[in-house]
Amino acid sequence: MSLPTNPTSFTLADAREAVRKKEISSRELTQAFVSAIEGARTLNAFVTETPEKALAMADASDARIAKGSMGPLEGLPLAIKDLFCTKGVRTTAGSNILSNFIPPYESTVSQNLWDAGAVMLGKTNMDEFAMGSSNETSYFKPVLNPWRARNSNRNLVPGGSSGGSAASVAANLCLGATGTDTGGSIRQPAAVTGTVGLKPTYGRCSRWGIVAFASSLDQAGPMTRTVRDAAILMKAMASVDPQDSTSVDVPVPDYEATLEQGVKGLRVGIPKEYRIDGAPPEIDAMWAKGAEWLKAQGAEIVDVSLPHTKYALPAYYIVAPAEASSNLARYDGVRFGHRAKGAHDITDLYEKSRAEGFGAEVRRRILIGTYVLSAGYYDAFYSRAQKLRTLIARDFTQAFEKCDVLLTPATPGPAFAIGEKTSDPVSMYLNDVFTVTVNLAGLPGISVPAGLTPEGLPLGLQIIGKAFDEATVLRVGRSVEQAAQFAAKPEAWWRAA
Amino acid sequence: MSKMIMGAQGEWEIVIGMEVHAQVLSVSKLFSGAATAFGAEPNAQVSFVDAGMPGMLPVINKFCVEQAVRTGLGLKAQVNRSSVFDRKNYFYPDLPSGYQISQYKNPIVGEGEVYIDLAGGETVRVGIERLHLEQDAGKSLHDQHPDQSYVDLNRSGIALMEIVTKPDMRSSEEAAAFLRKLRAIVRYLGTCDGNMDEGSMRADVNVSVRKPGGPLGTRCEIKNVNSMRFIAQAVEFEARRQVDLIESGGTVRQETRLFDSKLGETRPMRSKEEAHDYRYFPDPDLLPLELEQAWIDTIAASLPELPDEKKARFMRDLGLSAYDAGVLVTERELADYFEDLARGIDAKSAVNWLNNEILGRLNRDGRTIADCPVTAHANNTILKMIADRTISGKIAKDVLDIVWSEGGDPADVVRARGLVQMTDTSAIEKAIDAVIAANPDKVEEVKAKPKLAGWFVGQVMKQTGGKANPQVVNALLKTRLELPEEG
Repeated sequence: MSLPTNPTSFTLADAREAVRKKEISSRELTQAFVSAIEGARTLNAFVTETPEKALAMADASDARIAKGSMGPLEGLPLAIKDLFCTKGVRTTAGSNILSNFIPPYESTVSQNLWDAGAVMLGKTNMDEFAMGSSNETSYFKPVLNPWRARNSNRNLVPGGSSGGSAASVAANLCLGATGTDTGGSIRQPAAVTGTVGLKPTYGRCSRWGIVAFASSLDQAGPMTRTVRDAAILMKAMASVDPQDSTSVDVPVPDYEATLEQGVKGLRVGIPKEYRIDGAPPEIDAMWAKGAEWLKAQGAEIVDVSLPHTKYALPAYYIVAPAEASSNLARYDGVRFGHRAKGAHDITDLYEKSRAEGFGAEVRRRILIGTYVLSAGYYDAFYSRAQKLRTLIARDFTQAFEKCDVLLTPATPGPAFAIGEKTSDPVSMYLNDVFTVTVNLAGLPGISVPAGLTPEGLPLGLQIIGKAFDEATVLRVGRSVEQAAQFAAKPEAWWRAA
Repeated sequence: MSKMIMGAQGEWEIVIGMEVHAQVLSVSKLFSGAATAFGAEPNAQVSFVDAGMPGMLPVINKFCVEQAVRTGLGLKAQVNRSSVFDRKNYFYPDLPSGYQISQYKNPIVGEGEVYIDLAGGETVRVGIERLHLEQDAGKSLHDQHPDQSYVDLNRSGIALMEIVTKPDMRSSEEAAAFLRKLRAIVRYLGTCDGNMDEGSMRADVNVSVRKPGGPLGTRCEIKNVNSMRFIAQAVEFEARRQVDLIESGGTVRQETRLFDSKLGETRPMRSKEEAHDYRYFPDPDLLPLELEQAWIDTIAASLPELPDEKKARFMRDLGLSAYDAGVLVTERELADYFEDLARGIDAKSAVNWLNNEILGRLNRDGRTIADCPVTAHANNTILKMIADRTISGKIAKDVLDIVWSEGGDPADVVRARGLVQMTDTSAIEKAIDAVIAANPDKVEEVKAKPKLAGWFVGQVMKQTGGKANPQVVNALLKTRLELPEEG
């Protein structure tokens, strides 16, 4: 195997092999990423960099390697979305209200990674409480997309909410990163940064220790440069957890082992409702191309219908804010997090702390959520949204009688400019039109880079699978990846001169 | 006792329903592994879940569910195989998550019933509307600092059963009797310790009044009435207040009121305290609670004999009166003690012994049956010694006093101290002879005044160290002193 000269451009799989063969130490690898992160602060991908911890973990990893006891991710540096609680390391959820919060515990998913030998580089920036599709709602300022349109200096958003993770993977600031996906927060940023993002089945990863946004929708997943890397990370992140009643005890298969099995004989469904008016022509073109690629590799293309798709966004924007309004009630300035000064009684303390602690988008969603759960409105909104959710899930069940996976675009368009959609929440919410259905149905979905727009910006294709069938989703993703031959990388314009 | 209260415009009927919060007897909390012991240092029994830390998730404690099912079965209630935990949302510093996990639309237990016995011998059925599981909140301490409030989260997350009755009670006596009976049932079941002083059982009482047979009136909810005595006071005060209000042309407003135990009156809570819209919705962190019938059946099979059944058995098998049986079954420990004590003994004399000797001494010493210094078995030995005339009833009380203060086996005490009753007539006759010989004057007197025979009995008993069988002494004395048969 020929290694690239700069280890930061390794894939996770390359790096794993290099470390195993002792061609590079974890410390050398980690140092390379620590330097890359320092040189890429312009992107604002990290809320908290943890170089000392990273190097200490790398040294511990090298000691284990020397003793011959190696975990599946031994010595491999990763970035962690700042929604995962990390013991002793500040965890902000992108919010002022948690800007001083240092958890005394480690999330199950991140602990799984450290148990596998991985190294933590730091905590990545994100939309506040994972509410956003552009990383612009972060208290810690927006993340910049490493990608820019051809011949343009305009800064673009990296998508959201896992924008920091997506940008750091795209800009080679880590080998892979964790994300969370409530309505598309892994797949959408992956799509607009030319990276791979997998949201597994609801219940596949433990939610314990992940700051909750909408509990019935939140799922952790990997963000990587290749589908293989996603398979490797997914295996390490997933586990049934007695501390999370909604995690599910389904054996986690060796996703890598079946990755190259191809799509011959698989039935790939094309849901007609995902063809939307006003989408840029390159979206439909790329979608058609994706179907052709799979067909050429032996898959059968089937037309299917998901008739309740048009209700998904409205249902999502009732269910998710409802749960969020309750989940975020604990940020009251009493026990941890930001506490306003000068409050004259408890109600004043709540109001001031929360007004100062939460940004506009979070406040908006708390208001929406409080409204839809209120007496007299519950049946009209929350109950109906839950019924729609059942119908949307049934759409998928029925579609999967005719096919094994679904192929759709991941986003309705490429990365947009910073500030372009901030004044219009609805246009912002529309970014998730292809991804929220999957969360509402609890299914696995992956976004795989499939090509560039004429302006040179990445687009992704989404593959949706049956519950707990991440193996097939990854396998089809790998076939798309192979056919797409997506090799473009952004120019490193951000690097400090 | 009349259940009506008299107003200026005639009789009014009081209608009472109750919501009782009973703390589940469990070493750990409803959704976390933290301890539940009473009296720990503030915030010493708080897990990250109980403190509402970011990313923490509740996990249901199966034992608490089992306790709720057991209680439901003890209330002869429908156990729902599927129930749902909901979030009840409101802000308060002692509610760390900003919501309480409770059960709203689908409780774990549905309708049941409790029978209460009233002083006049009447039995009243009180319907149970539902029982649901929920978390307790923490405690705000407002008296620790001049301008700050402290919060103790030890209680946060402790499992409570909220037991709701139908509006089936008609007097403060019935309300207090219901709470006593409910307390007895949960204590028999071992699902709640019923300790009202420590807040393990707290009651909210709904009171309304109406013209007899008329439609239900508007009710007021009286919060946190935490003793049997207060319940009676609160009901009486509130009913009188409502009658006076209506009769003077006012209308009762549906509201939540607090009972002030110092003044013996209820007063409205500030409207701010009750203006909550709790925004209930199913807790997405918890799956619906699904129970297997086989598991419920196993719990049902393990239920102890409950007060009603025990009372019926005491009446049927032991021939006890309804009153005696009713008193005995109020506490499981008392009933158990009684059964051990009465084994092989005439039940009525066992009841008398328990009431007069044991409960009297416990009361004197400020003890309860649970820490009675003399075991039921030891008492049984004493009673058997009376029955087979080994000792007299009087000696028996002395023996009880000895083992009460010094311990030991009553049979050993009787043997070691030579307390065995003297039934040998020759020995008793010897003592009689001695007394007669020493008191010739008294012998003359008793012939004129046969009632003085009692003095001789006393002297003979003294001579025999109390061991002589009193009946034998009486009979022999009568012969020797040539007294008439009916003296």
